[in-house]
Amino acid sequence: MPDGGIGAPTKRREDTRFLTGRGKYTDDFTPQNTSYCAFARSQVANGVIKSVDTSAAAEMPGVLATFTGEDFVEVGGNPAGWAIVSRDGEPMKEPKRPVLAHGKVRHVGDAYAAVVAETLEQALDAVEAIEADIDEQDAVTDMASAVAGAGSMVHDEIETNVCFDWGWIEDNRAATDEAIKNAPHVTTLELINNRLVPNALEPRASIGEYDPGTGDYKLTTTSQNPHLSRLLIAAFVLGIPENKLTVLAPDVGGGFGSKIYHYSEEALVLAAAKKLGRPVKWTATRTESFLADAHGRDHVTKIELACEKDGTFIAFRTETMANVGAYLSNFSTVTPTFLHGTLMAGNYTVPNVYVNVKAVFTNTAPVDAYRGAGRPEATYSLERVIDKCARELGIDPVEIRRKNFIKKDQYPYASAAGLEYDSGDYDTLMDGLEKVADFAGFEARRAESAKNGKLRGLGINAYVEACGIAPSNLVGILGARVGLYDAATVRVNPTGNISVMVGAHSHGQGHETAFPQIVADMLGVDPQSVDIVHGDTSKIPFGMGTYGSRSLAVCGSAVFRATEKIIFKATAIAAHMLEDKPENIEFNDGVFSIKGTNKNVGFGDVALKAYIPHDYPIEDLEPGLEETAFYDPANFTYPSGAYASEVEVDPETGKVTICSMVALDDFGVVVNPMIVTGQVEGGLAQGIGQALLENGVYDDTGQLLSGSLMDYAMPRADDLPNLVVDHSHATRCTHNPIGSKGCGEAGAIGSPPTIVNAVVDALSRGGHDVDHIDMPVSPSRVWAAMNK
Amino acid sequence: MYDFDLVIPTTVAEASTAMKADGAQALGGGQTLLPTMKQRLAAPETLVKLSGLSELVSVSTDAGALCVGGATTHGQVAQDGTDYPALAALAGNIGDPAVRNRGTIGGSIANNDPSACYPAGALGSGATIVTNTREIAADDFFVDLFETALEEGEIVTGVNFPIPDAANYQKFDQPASRFALVGVFVAKFGDTVRVAVTGASNGGVFRWSEAEAALSANFAADAIEGLAVDAGDLISDLHGTAEYRAHLISVLTRRAVQSC
Amino acid sequence: MPKITMNINGRETSAEVENRTLLSTALREKLHLTGTHIGCDTSQCGACVVHVNGKAVKSCTIFASELDGANIDTIEGQASPDGTLNVIQQAFQDHHGLQCGFCTPGMVMSAAALLKENPKPTEAEVRDYLEGNICRCTGYQGIVNAIMAASGQDVPSIAAE
Repeated sequence: MPDGGIGAPTKRREDTRFLTGRGKYTDDFTPQNTSYCAFARSQVANGVIKSVDTSAAAEMPGVLATFTGEDFVEVGGNPAGWAIVSRDGEPMKEPKRPVLAHGKVRHVGDAYAAVVAETLEQALDAVEAIEADIDEQDAVTDMASAVAGAGSMVHDEIETNVCFDWGWIEDNRAATDEAIKNAPHVTTLELINNRLVPNALEPRASIGEYDPGTGDYKLTTTSQNPHLSRLLIAAFVLGIPENKLTVLAPDVGGGFGSKIYHYSEEALVLAAAKKLGRPVKWTATRTESFLADAHGRDHVTKIELACEKDGTFIAFRTETMANVGAYLSNFSTVTPTFLHGTLMAGNYTVPNVYVNVKAVFTNTAPVDAYRGAGRPEATYSLERVIDKCARELGIDPVEIRRKNFIKKDQYPYASAAGLEYDSGDYDTLMDGLEKVADFAGFEARRAESAKNGKLRGLGINAYVEACGIAPSNLVGILGARVGLYDAATVRVNPTGNISVMVGAHSHGQGHETAFPQIVADMLGVDPQSVDIVHGDTSKIPFGMGTYGSRSLAVCGSAVFRATEKIIFKATAIAAHMLEDKPENIEFNDGVFSIKGTNKNVGFGDVALKAYIPHDYPIEDLEPGLEETAFYDPANFTYPSGAYASEVEVDPETGKVTICSMVALDDFGVVVNPMIVTGQVEGGLAQGIGQALLENGVYDDTGQLLSGSLMDYAMPRADDLPNLVVDHSHATRCTHNPIGSKGCGEAGAIGSPPTIVNAVVDALSRGGHDVDHIDMPVSPSRVWAAMNK
Repeated sequence: MYDFDLVIPTTVAEASTAMKADGAQALGGGQTLLPTMKQRLAAPETLVKLSGLSELVSVSTDAGALCVGGATTHGQVAQDGTDYPALAALAGNIGDPAVRNRGTIGGSIANNDPSACYPAGALGSGATIVTNTREIAADDFFVDLFETALEEGEIVTGVNFPIPDAANYQKFDQPASRFALVGVFVAKFGDTVRVAVTGASNGGVFRWSEAEAALSANFAADAIEGLAVDAGDLISDLHGTAEYRAHLISVLTRRAVQSC
Repeated sequence: MPKITMNINGRETSAEVENRTLLSTALREKLHLTGTHIGCDTSQCGACVVHVNGKAVKSCTIFASELDGANIDTIEGQASPDGTLNVIQQAFQDHHGLQCGFCTPGMVMSAAALLKENPKPTEAEVRDYLEGNICRCTGYQGIVNAIMAASGQDVPSIAAE
């Protein structure tokens, strides 16, 4: 076995370029003759566009072209990737999302015109010279008002602000209602899952290029998912054939969901590049990121938990309004439905689950998948209402969870929300948590905090989530408009080194280091001899990108399958070289040998033979050693975890300080534990950010009040404690060849309820009658709750 | 950002002359001005660079006062202003290290951001703001939100802070900007106590005279028991209601007194 | 346009800039030193931190035209010419102090400034010093560990396997 295979905490090879300033992000590319694009964005949330006059702008110095919504009337809209059917059987409402707003602007930041000029400053100057007559209408930003429909419609043509009214599982509705009606105890909780602005540190950017000599287009863009962008641009928006369009996603500075989607700016720079015959570049300012990136979360929820007096769960019933903003972003319809409703049984053997989700249009930025995407909303609702229930019944919060946990001998387990969990062991995770988080020492720490005038609380949480959304045949039935497999090509070069083309895209996840560990492990070669190629649609067979904690479980499995094919073919070549039959050949640690003999040939010699087939069974085997696999998972993977946090509340100011954050996760087989730990730590920070700091807030007129880093609080180093991460309690994923589950979102899913549970615990122990505080649990809100 | 003329004077006299031009504006460390210009919310025709003017960069103690040159960075005050520890601590907690390496006291005072720390330090200390033409008492200097007594073309050349017997600044961070959600500066000079509050009021920094009277009579945390600033005049925003800010003023004042 | 000369990473470098050209823009677009990143427009993210005359500053909040004659150090000048990482850079790799890499140049430059001022900071001092550098990926754990390690102090071993 070579060093650095599966399970090794290998240091990341990509770090060298990032640490020396040699990373190449989209804005770092400036092709010769580049021109610059700037957008005119609506300053009102809802308005009728009476006219947009770009004639003065067009005359400004350096201006090369101007565009308005009129220029894109004939091209298609940017579609939603998932068609949801309402409870009454009606398809969801899907108004067109044009490249540039036409007829109406629907949120602050909605782009209605664009300018391309020789320099960026010239483009910005010209944007100011665009004369737009926009008749401002009343905005609708609050979901309850939007659903009531008394005021404005975001899209007049659909005559409602409700995109869909979805029930899951509709057939379980009556039984769930009945169970709740007859239950000995029902706990009800109304809560808000706050809107988040993803704020990947690299703002979005796109460069369009067009070669008039060949008719080829090239889009360099900040994407988690370059093939999806190519597909949408080709099939829906601009109609450029895929063979004439290359989408490059070079180094990308974080995504967290916000860069999964195709955005209008990508289409515009391509159209402009064609018109001008020269490269067109657009780079967002942070302000534009706030206004025009897809946001996350934004649910208003009522959840009920029915149980026996002893805490045995009988039913969960959830009613949620999910804000989709002004337009349907690509994954906006699946996020609050199948990525949320299907998780509403949590880790528990509850028999009845029903979820109703209304997706609501408002005059706000589109809302779509953001790290966790639906699952944080599910876990937060469940784990908050369970905590409240435990408090009402006087049952220990650990005990009530254990009482209802699915036991380790019950897998595969069909949850009442329609998923089949393949593996897990929640009790063992909780056992581990009790030790690592030192529950036994809590009382002493609480007493110490009390001496300092602080209220200390302990919050715990259990979660299960679903990663690597699949399989394609099932998601197709449920409304997906794409398949959810992934692809990889393993190319063994003549001298034995290896290039692996993968459909996943790495923007912080360390694929360039981790994927070679799989190949090296299987082929018995040095991982350093394996390189990953990603983010270039011209080099990669196909791909569905990186999101939903899918890269290793889905694309990694494709790498695994392609490598198996390599071994199969190489075995045949080795058999020929060793003058025996393939079935008599075994392959271990990079060496093919005839079973039971010392006759053998190394992998490198086989690779060379494949490309120099002078003495080669050419009638049985093609030359070359390159294999492609498309992997379509049989199921989701189901990571799970148990988290704990201790917080201190300053009773005078309401300020919450996180004293400890402990995360125990079950990710199945871990390929690179260093990277996995980093993924969890990053997720924890985002979850803690949601719980304590971050809030995307619009006022009644649709202005984003937290529209800059001056008002949107991002977690900083001094907001966070030392994060304790442990993924030693693992149960193998049973259906993918690596045995891995997704790890990218866990931290962001598990931590918000942990923190809020801890704050409520601190206040309750401090004698305050507080059973819930909405996130972010800011000092002001805590103080208000204590002094209500 | 709109373009502008840049004047880099070598003396205060040159700077004063340059500031007489129409549309001229002083450029201190630029830590507030540049972001505003990037958003195209400010369009000065001429910027007169004051940072780096050696005449304006100094921290010294003279006649019981800490005298800070107008172009002295927050970082330097934090390091060299230790004769007035509360003020040095205030300066050392403005923004972040990179901001403190550029931002200047003159720039901060002249901007009079309602959430800035220095205005509380200056008003709480009863400082004197020295300009190229006159001296202005802090009580007269801070007029209103982003408004000071400075006249067109006037340059803050220094701020003289009388060093009190005891002083403390309590800053409660706004979590995003890390400016003060509320900041309270308490300074005790013999039997006289000054209390200046920043971050809280729609009118910018102000003195809490009730607390000053109570603390002048009895310099103890419980002396302000029962006193509260009227929430009606205070800022309410997504980070905190006016009532919360009023409450914080009391808490921070008490803590400042305890820390003196 | 005014021509300015700066010493960047030890080399005299001249560029023509407008008065309004930010140092970050000059570095990235005039001098092709794209390691310095722009992550925000309100001087908060710190991805653009460089050293000007030995002190950490946000290069997006200073005009290049103010800097004629200044010494500038950027991320590109931190490793040895042969690519060998310096102690801080190596610690970032060893302790997984970066993921997407976008904040990393600013983080490394801030860390260098911190360790120059305070060669043995406590963990709390490290966290406090990084107030002006935002990382969205790491939760700062690897960064804090890296800086502690670069200062020669023990840090918890990475990753519970």
